[in-house]
Amino acid sequence: MIRIIDLHKSFNGQAVLDGIHLEMPTGKITVVIGKSGVGKSVLLKHIIGLLKPDKGQVLIDGVDVTQLRGRKLQEMRRRFAVLFQGGALFDSLNVFENVAFPLREKTSLPEGEIARRVHERLDQMNLSPEVAYKFPDELSGGMKKRVALARAMIQEPEIILFDEPVTGLDPPMSNTVFHLINKTHAASSYTALVVAHDLPEVFQVADYVAMLHQGRIIAYGSPEEIQQHQDPKVQSFIKGEVDFLED
Amino acid sequence: MVHFIRRLGRWLLNWVQEAGSMLLFLLQGLALAFVPPFRPRRLLQEINLIGVKSTLIVLLTAAFTGMVLALQGYYTLRKYGSEGALGSAVALSLIREMGPVLTALMVSARAGSAVTAEIGIMRITEQLDALDTMAVNPMQYVVMPKLLAGLIAVPLLTAIFDVVGILGGYLVGVVLLGVSSGSYFSGMVQSVVPLDINGGIVKSLVFGLTIIMVASYKGYHTEHGAEGVSRATNQTVVLSAVLVLAWDYILTSFFM
Repeated sequence: MIRIIDLHKSFNGQAVLDGIHLEMPTGKITVVIGKSGVGKSVLLKHIIGLLKPDKGQVLIDGVDVTQLRGRKLQEMRRRFAVLFQGGALFDSLNVFENVAFPLREKTSLPEGEIARRVHERLDQMNLSPEVAYKFPDELSGGMKKRVALARAMIQEPEIILFDEPVTGLDPPMSNTVFHLINKTHAASSYTALVVAHDLPEVFQVADYVAMLHQGRIIAYGSPEEIQQHQDPKVQSFIKGEVDFLED
Repeated sequence: MVHFIRRLGRWLLNWVQEAGSMLLFLLQGLALAFVPPFRPRRLLQEINLIGVKSTLIVLLTAAFTGMVLALQGYYTLRKYGSEGALGSAVALSLIREMGPVLTALMVSARAGSAVTAEIGIMRITEQLDALDTMAVNPMQYVVMPKLLAGLIAVPLLTAIFDVVGILGGYLVGVVLLGVSSGSYFSGMVQSVVPLDINGGIVKSLVFGLTIIMVASYKGYHTEHGAEGVSRATNQTVVLSAVLVLAWDYILTSFFM
């Protein structure tokens, strides 16, 4: 269970997170929606400890990540994987080396076993074996996302954070990525946080949906509950009436 | 007036703060060289990037510098009938000053800018964050091997510069202008003392570390996308060149 309690964060005096309270149940996919620039990625970076809050707690199984430093933080991070918005694949490494990277750095597995696992993951992401020896700049946006997902999954983490997993992809590729998230989740039952603003596609993968607006969670529930939510800001966002939210 | 003094004070404070955080960055990077896991392959990759790939530009610069030194030296020394001292004049100029400084400036322009751009792009595309989330310290994985590579590669490049520069001077002084080969080398052997060579080595070590520290720091703290990378790269070349020249004066005053 991940619990976020009264999380505050400001940049240059401007409050981005203004008292976030949120729970992400173990083994479930929680989706945080909200318009661009509302602080969804900032929230995600607090969970993994890349940013320190001005105030508040991020509890993972009762341990406050915001208080961890050094080796303890590193140990906590071994339980995580993150799928970054642009994939964050290492430019200097080919696809195989990118996916193998966490295993080579954090395990003592023999190369043969690493190769087997990498090819298994690439296959799971519907990536052909020839892709393994391409470099990130030779891949399309959708392929990059799938390679990044393969890298995120390679160590079978307990928790995966998805930062805008389908931003910039065409609708068929977005559906493919969401399908792969569903498929890998069904196989591994990891706890997931997806931050996204792609509606209604995100409802396909969500067990729970939270809406972030002006630094606070203004709605939380199942996808059906969110779709029926009475708050006009939620309805306006779902219907795409984004101008209403500019107040 | 008050406004001007306030701005000047703020600028000075920022400058001191940045110098301090750069020094801490350097110390942290070097300290991580003693912390496992050790990645010798990464170090070799960086020596290749910073050292081997700078060899051609260093060779060219060295050859022409030696040739110009010999040409200028010959016509100056000839006025006093001391053409025989050409070898020692070329060697001392190269070993004490020109070799370390010009090598450092070339490495700064070629490898320093490349290091900043590489790390800067890693920053803005979240590759450094990705390392962090994989429990791999980006300072240890990315920065530390570059600092060590700077320490190793720049003195070696300086040695190459000195040798090639002396040979360039030989080509012009001996082959083209007719100075005797024996006096060119014997004057050199008599006049170059260990202190000259040690001074050159110390300078090249300090310059190598300075260039890569500035380049890595600027790249690591890049902000604001592609424009930020461009600005950081520019700052690296300018700042490292100025620091090399400032260090040169300080170190020369120690080794005189």
